[in-house]
Amino acid sequence: MSTINYSEKIPNNVNLGEDRTLQRALEGWQPNFINWWDDVGPEGSTNHEVYLRTAVSVDPQGWAQFGHVKMRDYRWGIFLNPGDANREIHFGDHKGEKAWQDVPGEHRANLRRIIVTQGDTEPASVEQQRHLGLTAPSMYDLRNLFQINVEEGRHLWAMVYLLHKHFGRDGREEAEALLQRTSGDVDNPRILGAFNEKTPDWLAFFMFTYFTDRDGKFQLSALAESAFDPLARTTKFMLTEEAHHMFVGESGVSRVLARTAQVMNELKTDDPAKVRAAGAIDLGTVQRYLNFHYSVTIDLFGADQSSNAAIFYSSGLKGRYEESKRTDDHILKGQTYKVLEVKDGQLLEKDVPMLNALNEVLRDDFIKDSMAGVGRWNKVLEKAGIPTRLSVPHKAFNRQIGALAGIKMSPDGRVVNEVEWAAKRDEWLPSAEDFAFVASLMGRVVEPGKFAGWIAPPVMGINRQPIDFEYVRFN
Amino acid sequence: MDTTTLIDNGILKQHLIDPEICIRCNTCEATCPVGAITHDDNNYVVRADVCNGCMACISPCPTGSIDNWRTMPVARAYTIEEQLTWEALPPELAPDVLAAEGAAPSAMDTALASSAPAAPVEPGTQAFRSAQYGATVPPWSAAHPYTNLFPPKSPTTATVVGNFNCTEAGFESETHHVVLDFGSMPFPVLEGQSIGIVPPGTDVLGKAHHARQYSIASPRNGERPGYNNLALTVKRVTTDHDGNAVRGVASNYVCDLKVGDKVQVVGPFGSSFLMPNHPRSHIVMICTGTGSAPMRAMTEWRRRLRSSGKFEGGKLLLFFGARTQQELPYFGPLQSLPKDFIDINLAFSRTAGQPRRYVQDLMRERAADLAALLRDGNTHFYVCGLKSMEEGVVMALRDIARDSGLEWEQVGAVLQREGRLHLETY
Ligand SMILES: Cc1cc2nc3c(=O)[nH]c(=O)nc-3n(C[C@H](O)[C@H](O)[C@H](O)COP(=O)(O)OP(=O)(O)OC[C@H]3O[C@@H](n4cnc5c(N)ncnc54)[C@H](O)[C@@H]3O)c2cc1C
Ligand code: SF4
Ligand code: SF4
Repeated sequence: MSTINYSEKIPNNVNLGEDRTLQRALEGWQPNFINWWDDVGPEGSTNHEVYLRTAVSVDPQGWAQFGHVKMRDYRWGIFLNPGDANREIHFGDHKGEKAWQDVPGEHRANLRRIIVTQGDTEPASVEQQRHLGLTAPSMYDLRNLFQINVEEGRHLWAMVYLLHKHFGRDGREEAEALLQRTSGDVDNPRILGAFNEKTPDWLAFFMFTYFTDRDGKFQLSALAESAFDPLARTTKFMLTEEAHHMFVGESGVSRVLARTAQVMNELKTDDPAKVRAAGAIDLGTVQRYLNFHYSVTIDLFGADQSSNAAIFYSSGLKGRYEESKRTDDHILKGQTYKVLEVKDGQLLEKDVPMLNALNEVLRDDFIKDSMAGVGRWNKVLEKAGIPTRLSVPHKAFNRQIGALAGIKMSPDGRVVNEVEWAAKRDEWLPSAEDFAFVASLMGRVVEPGKFAGWIAPPVMGINRQPIDFEYVRFN
Repeated sequence: MDTTTLIDNGILKQHLIDPEICIRCNTCEATCPVGAITHDDNNYVVRADVCNGCMACISPCPTGSIDNWRTMPVARAYTIEEQLTWEALPPELAPDVLAAEGAAPSAMDTALASSAPAAPVEPGTQAFRSAQYGATVPPWSAAHPYTNLFPPKSPTTATVVGNFNCTEAGFESETHHVVLDFGSMPFPVLEGQSIGIVPPGTDVLGKAHHARQYSIASPRNGERPGYNNLALTVKRVTTDHDGNAVRGVASNYVCDLKVGDKVQVVGPFGSSFLMPNHPRSHIVMICTGTGSAPMRAMTEWRRRLRSSGKFEGGKLLLFFGARTQQELPYFGPLQSLPKDFIDINLAFSRTAGQPRRYVQDLMRERAADLAALLRDGNTHFYVCGLKSMEEGVVMALRDIARDSGLEWEQVGAVLQREGRLHLETY
């Protein structure tokens, strides 16, 4: 069961061959997917052979096979983690019942919405990263970008499979629509705000993969608890791939910091202008990028109070992060959780019913995880003897969704007036000048083992290959 | 692999996660079939008593941080409580600590029995390729080296704290003993590793000079023990390999450095030309000129360890070649080493009135001793120096093996596979 048959048109471990109708439907969707890849996938990469990781089975030995592949020939397929026939629902009103193999009628609309929303983010990030290959700081980084791209493509496949298999005609229509929306398109944008933002440069890309793909980790973890077993198994496997994306972000920013620290030490300066003149990214700019991506990403978790979140949980569609490791009753009725609000220019905490605050619970888990990683970035600066530390801004900073939307707040958590906001905005968020400066550093470096001057080489190569390995062959 | 192969004679290969590289993505914990991995808010860690070394977690880890192993006495295995507090991996245990636990070395005889015979070669149909016998793995008891802490893109700075001519003054060939101090910058090294020196300035094309490699001539705990410094043995290059006059860029820069000068350093490099640490290991060192640098490092480390009485069984045998005695680096200090500590054989190729003698000539003279050492699975061979010596030395080993009734193809293959024949020539 766990081995994936690559001789099939659509590699899978779900016995696709036994369901002719479904197979035909997916084979009908596939050419549109390839067209989408050709139109808005990685620019100018058609002939590159990339050292990609591909799953040949979903057990530990099989899912990380490496080899040079042309991205267009990458076999996007449908891979679900092995199932457990006796799995029980372990939270919400159906706790203790057997997990569902089919969609219960009453939850159909909600489940479809969850899957479509998740599915929509996957092609969106490929679109957002489309131009980055042209400015990669090294061949190593170029390969990582492409690995992420093909895996996001496969995550799209994972969601499309669920839509086709379990949601009939409207599932097929939703699957088509996933290829019709485009990130940032005025007429037909992607569903979530952060996925319509630009990823203009590699610093933004690293911040995006650090923060926004981490949102992916938390959303997928919550879905991996789902009572709807096919969704749980699909997202579990996606999580193993998602980890690489977060790695690219975390190590990418670390390497930027390592390089900046090195330049600061060499020049014995913390003057941003001198650091910039030496071709490195000053720490203030890194902090402003961090502020931006962090605040945009925590919006992705949705409103701080949401009756939908309560329904999703109680009906067993979406659990909490690490649900099974928590020791409460997994039903959460009658419990409360603290959320923030602003009253008379003051920030206050108030208790609200826990079930309605589940978006906030997930957001707080995300925040804790993000901050731990920022701590690891700070260790890079600490080791280099640089006194500056990065920090995540206040939760209410620059929010567009929920009770905090539109409130003007400094990164350190003071409510400020419009005048101060306007005056300080460029200290807190990347300015046009910051973007222009970072853009000016973005030149393509693709000689094996060579790296752009604003980023340090990684600690080790991919799959224990040397750092100067030919990760991408240009044909 | 299972637990029993991980634990051998009370020595455990302990599986650890590098907290500096791990991104806490949970993939390993979700993958491990036996639940050996756990975490808290700080770290991901492996339970030594549960992990069976199945390697299922290795390839799914996106960072490579999980592929770390430390040789540990079982009684001292790191607990998960300890690991959860780590900010960096601890270094390998000091070799004397481990050597004291005494794991059994592999005997040459059993190794020979298991090696497949090589395909017979028609005499004269194939050129002898000495390089193919050079090992790419370290001896099993070597300490784990750090490499590339400062890659060419990001050198570190060292301060010159010593520089003197260690050959007799006034001769055309001059070799300097140079000591570099790293202050508080981490630069952990082992004997046999090398570093790169980046000469200042640019070449004729206006490109920054590339780094030149130099072997470390001091032991792991510093030229001055307990200080963060190391020594190099650098020969001033004044002619090219064909004898035409040239001024070598890096070697002249290094030889002319003054105490207090700052130097750009990259590295450390090298993960296989490393010395064995177990108490019964023999080391045969064959070198010419500055190829003596790693030999000096190993000898000095053994000398320091010998005071603790731990290496009585292990022999040191040195074959050292130079054109003249005056050009031989460290000639004086070498003479003062006790004879029962190291067996020294010097070959001079340009002594007036004497026939030319090369290291391989001396090796043939000592064939009986070398043949015995070739049969001993505890013996490790190190060859370092000018490229031109390599073939002659390996051929001498081959002939000594054959003349004593051993099959060289097998012996050579075993030495190579077991990390017991190391070639570093330049
Ligand atoms: C692993 C390794 C370890 C090394 N360890 C040492 C060491 O411990 N001590 C040491 O002195 N050197 C050592 N070397 C050699 C060293 O890296 C340089 O090659 C040497 O110092 C010459 O560099 P240069 O910049 O002075 O000469 P360059 O400017 O690079 O070369 C000038 C000319 O000299 C020729 N040339 C280079 N080296 C030599 C030589 N040794 N003899 C004669 N002609 C030469 C070149 O071919 C060239 O024509 C080591 C090399 C390697 C690869
Ligand atoms: S090697 Fe095997 S047993 Fe050990 S931690 Fe990894 S997966 Fe678990
Ligand atoms: S899989 Fe690797 S990076 Fe992820 S938590 Fe485990 S050791 Fe860390």
